[in-house]
Amino acid sequence: MSLVDTRTPDPKKFIKGATGDWEMVIGLEIHAQVTSESKLFSGSSTEFGQPPNSNVSFVDAAMPGMLPTINEECVRQAVRTGLGLKAKINNRSIFDRKNYFYPDLPQGYQISQFKDPIVGEGVVKLDMGKDGEVEIGIERLHLEQDAGKSIHDLHPNMSLIDLNRSGVALMEIVSKPDIRSSEEARSFIAKIRTILRYLGTCDGNMEQGSLRADINVSVRAPGGEFGTRCEIKNVNSMRFAVAAIEYEARRQIDILEDGGTIDQETRLFDSKSGKTRSMRSKEEAHDYRYFPDPDLLPLEFDDEFVAELAKNLPELPDEKHDRFVNDYKITPYDASVLISSRINADFFENVAKGRDGKLAANWVINEFFGRLAKEDLSVANSPINAQQLGSIIDLISGGDISGKIAKDLFEIVWVEGGEPAKIVEERGMKQVSDTGAIEKIIEEIIAANPEQVAKVKEKPQLAGWFVGQVMKASQGKANPQAVNKILKEKLGL
Amino acid sequence: MSDLIKLSLKATRDGLKNKDFSAVEITDSYLSEIEKSNSKLNAYISVEAEQARVMAKASDVKLAKGQGGALEGVPLGIKDLFSTKGTHTQAGSHILDGFKPEYESSITTNLWNDGAVMLGKLNMDEFAMGSSNETSYYGAVVNPWRAKGSNKDLVPGGSSGGSAAAVSAWLCAGATATDTGGSIRQPAAFTGTVGIKPTYGRCSRWGVVAFASSLDQAGPITRTVEDSALMLNSMAGFDKKDSTSVDISVPDFATAVERGVKGLTIGIPKEYRMEGMPQEIETLWQQGMAWLKDEGAIIKDISLPNTKYALPAYYIVAPAEASSNLARYDGVKYGLRVAGGSIDEMYENTRAKGFGAEVQRRVLIGTYVLSAGYYDAYYVKAQKVRTLIKRDFEQVFADGIDAILTPATPSAAFGVNDQEMKEDPVKMYLNDIFTVTVNMAGLPAIAVPAGKDGSGLPLALQIIGKPFDEETLFAAGRVIERSANIDFTPKKWW
Repeated sequence: MSLVDTRTPDPKKFIKGATGDWEMVIGLEIHAQVTSESKLFSGSSTEFGQPPNSNVSFVDAAMPGMLPTINEECVRQAVRTGLGLKAKINNRSIFDRKNYFYPDLPQGYQISQFKDPIVGEGVVKLDMGKDGEVEIGIERLHLEQDAGKSIHDLHPNMSLIDLNRSGVALMEIVSKPDIRSSEEARSFIAKIRTILRYLGTCDGNMEQGSLRADINVSVRAPGGEFGTRCEIKNVNSMRFAVAAIEYEARRQIDILEDGGTIDQETRLFDSKSGKTRSMRSKEEAHDYRYFPDPDLLPLEFDDEFVAELAKNLPELPDEKHDRFVNDYKITPYDASVLISSRINADFFENVAKGRDGKLAANWVINEFFGRLAKEDLSVANSPINAQQLGSIIDLISGGDISGKIAKDLFEIVWVEGGEPAKIVEERGMKQVSDTGAIEKIIEEIIAANPEQVAKVKEKPQLAGWFVGQVMKASQGKANPQAVNKILKEKLGL
Repeated sequence: MSDLIKLSLKATRDGLKNKDFSAVEITDSYLSEIEKSNSKLNAYISVEAEQARVMAKASDVKLAKGQGGALEGVPLGIKDLFSTKGTHTQAGSHILDGFKPEYESSITTNLWNDGAVMLGKLNMDEFAMGSSNETSYYGAVVNPWRAKGSNKDLVPGGSSGGSAAAVSAWLCAGATATDTGGSIRQPAAFTGTVGIKPTYGRCSRWGVVAFASSLDQAGPITRTVEDSALMLNSMAGFDKKDSTSVDISVPDFATAVERGVKGLTIGIPKEYRMEGMPQEIETLWQQGMAWLKDEGAIIKDISLPNTKYALPAYYIVAPAEASSNLARYDGVKYGLRVAGGSIDEMYENTRAKGFGAEVQRRVLIGTYVLSAGYYDAYYVKAQKVRTLIKRDFEQVFADGIDAILTPATPSAAFGVNDQEMKEDPVKMYLNDIFTVTVNMAGLPAIAVPAGKDGSGLPLALQIIGKPFDEETLFAAGRVIERSANIDFTPKKWW
């Protein structure tokens, strides 16, 4: 892989050092567990959380004479992902063996793809808010087997092995070294996760280990030659990724500014201390002795196979974003919030369809998502559905309730459920737009408060006090526009 | 000795069908012969008498009803490399101590589906690495053949030495074997038996302990060409559990046996005329050409120019694959475990104790040739050579050659514990000089006994065929067998 610098150094991202400014260069390898019923080369189930060693076939346990056979669904998932990354799909790819000894690697080698991966170069766009859009290159995506799990703390002098994960399909998505800050790295991981979830090719659950990242970090003088990199292995949260990058960049800068050099090595991030520590040096690095797996033929498919998958691909986050901006006239920022997950986007769309897009976006983002976050819920287990929220918005748009009453209504529907229009009717929440009724209330208030009337004639901004009194008297149901208009007339403002 | 065990596989099958004798009867005859002979020959590592009788009884029930498969009731020996459910499967190695798989290889499944009876597991070179069957953890197999007037023990060849010796000494009606560089054909040649390595992909490798996956192919060793055809018919077939198995229909090989060679063009590759090759091998080769010509074949000189690179390239490719295939024997999951103070020490102790010297040598060679910095110089180059070897064959076949006749081995069987070969492993490797090219090219080849050397030991000719044209090999092999018309029964000394 040849290293090409695709970015223009941005002073805002520089790190201040004792000797001057430094720039981070980051490349990511994301390991994403493929969503599939069975493993990459065996029929065993991939279900998470099963008792140890219950999802293990003879192939997964590397019994003598057992042979791998490719799971076609995993191939389809990899191709779908490649399409989602706008990447080149390789109609011919090769499975290689990566040889090393470890007890949770039963075969003594991992079947992976080395020289000829199933997916080649692609590109991912990141929306960095006020910093605009950034394009991060994808180097490749390949399919490989996951290893089992070693458990070291259940026995005083033995390690226990759980092979449930052994042989589960992973996609390794490798970025180009195009990332220049920890925030971009976070955004990249988040974007990849969103794309994978949209496609349904990986559940993206970082806590369960379905998505983990190896992070390559180096520092250099802004725009200078690439520095020596260190690889931080197996980072399993976005927060840790940011912390690991920040720590690691600072560590490297300190070494360089003290006149030292960076050793190319593999490091681990300790989330407790927030530091990275050396795992193995370049000299200790494994010689994986890659060679084509003779048990498997080259993986080949035709253009039609790819076209069929492309045809049935769901709308991707970037496309959905642009469509939301165009069709619903919402801001790009709101659009990016709404498309962060497919289920959220679908919810918005169900609310917004046939209604005022901006109003819908406000309600979905501020009231609805805000409330979900507060109660640690998600759209999937929300007590309010899109149809209910939609009818609340209809009641606002139709002038039946005010924005304030709508919030009360939202609260009722959230807690008690029910049909919003019916609730408004039954509980008399409908706003009063009948000018006669409002006039009557205003006249009463004016009659009862001559001193205030005198004051407001001098200081028109005191009219707000009258509005408050009217709203109070009407239990918030008076149409605010009507109240304002009539007040002005009656008070002669 | 019961005469039943001297029957060919075909005669056994027909006799059982005609109810001339029962499956239990012939199974018992073999079991008692094994009991008498095995301590001398060491062909079986494990005898499954009880299971054999159960299988035989079941066959008799079917035969009585006039039912049963193509090999109903026929007692076979199975090379220890084949996984057989619940029975000894250790690839002749210490490292698989006590291993009994919970699964049955596809090939043996096919055989049992056709009614065959398993007598037991046959000795072999450890992980099929060897040409003399002396690398087995279970000790050397002794060839039933001895030189005229000599009491010296000879090797049966390898790695399928147990299979060849058992077939030759009437310890089974036929045996399964495997061939990675000549492991079916060389032992067959050393014991006066017939062995065919089918086209790569013809027989499933599923459940056969792997040595070198891109070269390994199973086949039968039998007493006649026709027996090989019958046995291969049952063994062969597409298997979706083996990605390298080829989805191509299996013809009825038996019908090809008497087809003759009239009109076939047989190639004689000049590169197989090696310097220092014994005169009797050359004479035998000429004889073979004459027999085929007499039966109407056209004999034509051909060239396979890259032949000389085959053996060195083989000894890169095969160990490379083996070093990876044998990584799973680490003491963690099954078989032998020798404790150590750390996981690395446990690996080292287990593999040092569990693998014999030849296996260790090949694992080391394989690890070396795949290492960073050496990969291109060795492995990649060997793969290029392999392509050239394949192309050599494709060229002559495209030029109208139907099959190729060569000697099977550069000599007859040699002595057990041969000092020269012990001191120089390359001398041992040279045994495969005529056979490895075929594995490198994935082609089918048969070894047919055709004559004897000065001391009365069997010698064989090899016929190499086009991909998936085993039928021509059976036809031509049968012509050699019929023309030679020699009784390849060893004189019983054991």
